[in-house]
Amino acid sequence: MSEIVHNVAKASSKKSFAISAGNIDRIMNIASPLGLLLLWEVAARFGWIDVRFFPAPSKIFVTMLELIQNGQLWIHLKASMYRLFWGFVWGGVPALLLGISMGLNRTLRSIMDPLVSATYPIPKSAILPLILLIFGLGEPSKVVMVAIGLFFPILINTMAGVLEIQKIYFDVSKNFGADRYQVFMTVALPGAMPLIMTGVKLGVGMGLILISLAEMIGAKSGLGYMMWNAWEILSVETMYVGLLVIAALGVLFTVVLNEIERYLVPWKAAR
Amino acid sequence: MAGYEAPAVVAPDQSIMGPDVKIRLKNVSKVFETRKGPFVALDSITLDIPTGCFFMLVGPSGCGKTTLLRILAGLETHTSGTIEIAKPADGRPGNSMIFQGDSLFPWMTVWENASYGLAMRRKPAAEIKEKVSHFLNRTGLLRFADYYPHQLSGGMRQRVSIARAFSNDPDILLMDEPFSALDEQNKVMLQEELLKIWEETRKTVLFITHSVDEAVTLGDRIMVMTAHPGREKATLDVPFERPRQVLELRARPEYGEFVFNIWSYLRDEVQRARAQDEGRTS
Repeated sequence: MSEIVHNVAKASSKKSFAISAGNIDRIMNIASPLGLLLLWEVAARFGWIDVRFFPAPSKIFVTMLELIQNGQLWIHLKASMYRLFWGFVWGGVPALLLGISMGLNRTLRSIMDPLVSATYPIPKSAILPLILLIFGLGEPSKVVMVAIGLFFPILINTMAGVLEIQKIYFDVSKNFGADRYQVFMTVALPGAMPLIMTGVKLGVGMGLILISLAEMIGAKSGLGYMMWNAWEILSVETMYVGLLVIAALGVLFTVVLNEIERYLVPWKAAR
Repeated sequence: MAGYEAPAVVAPDQSIMGPDVKIRLKNVSKVFETRKGPFVALDSITLDIPTGCFFMLVGPSGCGKTTLLRILAGLETHTSGTIEIAKPADGRPGNSMIFQGDSLFPWMTVWENASYGLAMRRKPAAEIKEKVSHFLNRTGLLRFADYYPHQLSGGMRQRVSIARAFSNDPDILLMDEPFSALDEQNKVMLQEELLKIWEETRKTVLFITHSVDEAVTLGDRIMVMTAHPGREKATLDVPFERPRQVLELRARPEYGEFVFNIWSYLRDEVQRARAQDEGRTS
């Protein structure tokens, strides 16, 4: 039994090391964008950069406060988030189910693989006119754009995740009498989860890109619209507010998704 | 994942084997189609495994013994011959396998891994709790129930595999060199524990190993297999009484004699396997 005790001591010391390393990572994650902002502010104050194009962060911040106070920012943010959410549902869920099915089923994979390879490289921005034509100028076209953008990274990563699961785990589930649904739930889904999370992270980034793009054309709300409108009325600060909010959203999503990953994949996070 | 055909399962009342035979193989062969042509993994294996027998298959690596086990586990099909397995009367699972190397799901805790078979058969929570805690306790792992496999040593992981198979309460246990990756001290400890847990239930066991010591220590009957293609070379009954203490048994002079006896059958086959390997690589 001494072997067991020894091993536990080793495992716990490993864990505490991982936490402190994680804290350092988190501090660095916050410090690097703050440093860049500080540099920018200094450069604008000393006239090293053209403030017509690169207004000082403090001025952008003042504009942001105005937009928060008059409720404009909230309206646009809400509109974009709403589209992003439904795009995530309509794009992510089918991608997850199809990705796992393609990973499990060779026939389905050989049918779908050429279709995926052919449609994946088409620039999503290039199909915006077609989407507008089909779904009109209203909400659906924006949601569809996000859904398409999310669909591919999640699909491809999910399938790769299932294919990467070692065969022995499928043997175990078969030997212990798991049915199809149980294989899906106890082997394919958890086994592919690390790569699924990678796909979701890439997909959310793609969704943010596409939502701002889609909102610049034929929308009356959303962060993309806010920035496009700011260009038309030459309010450079508002454009930057839009960019900053999108950047902040990117960071926020990454942090939230990393926490979700830690919860869903505890067996990888501790390694 | 091609469609596979499970070995014939015979209900106890229609069995032609009689109540004392659990597994009967007749001229079972397995041929793999490879690019270089057919590869005979198993050649006409015929054997009877009595109910409650701890049956050992010993052979040089590559003799097809794992293939035989996988066929019985329903993970592979045989090419020809007949396989009959007596079906448990009370709806218990036919067999559970203890795999070689790491087969615990890394995404499940020790508890979830050990309860896997029962959970897949949708057993009531109370029954799962009772059986799993019993076997985790017997393998000394109850207080590690919430650990993930990567937090355990190799020996502990293999104990969880044993608990997983025993908790499932199968009619037959199939073991594919479960201890081959362990160091010598761990191996002896796990053999000892396996014997103790097995004494409680005396299930039919088919155990594969390339270690003659392991075969003599654990088994009631030993079948020595030839190098590729896998055939029966000899079958011997182990003359040692139960319950056994691993180290005490190994200290006895008769033990050494019996091991030597098995080796005399195996030696030529190991040399042949080696010659085949060298022929393949040169």
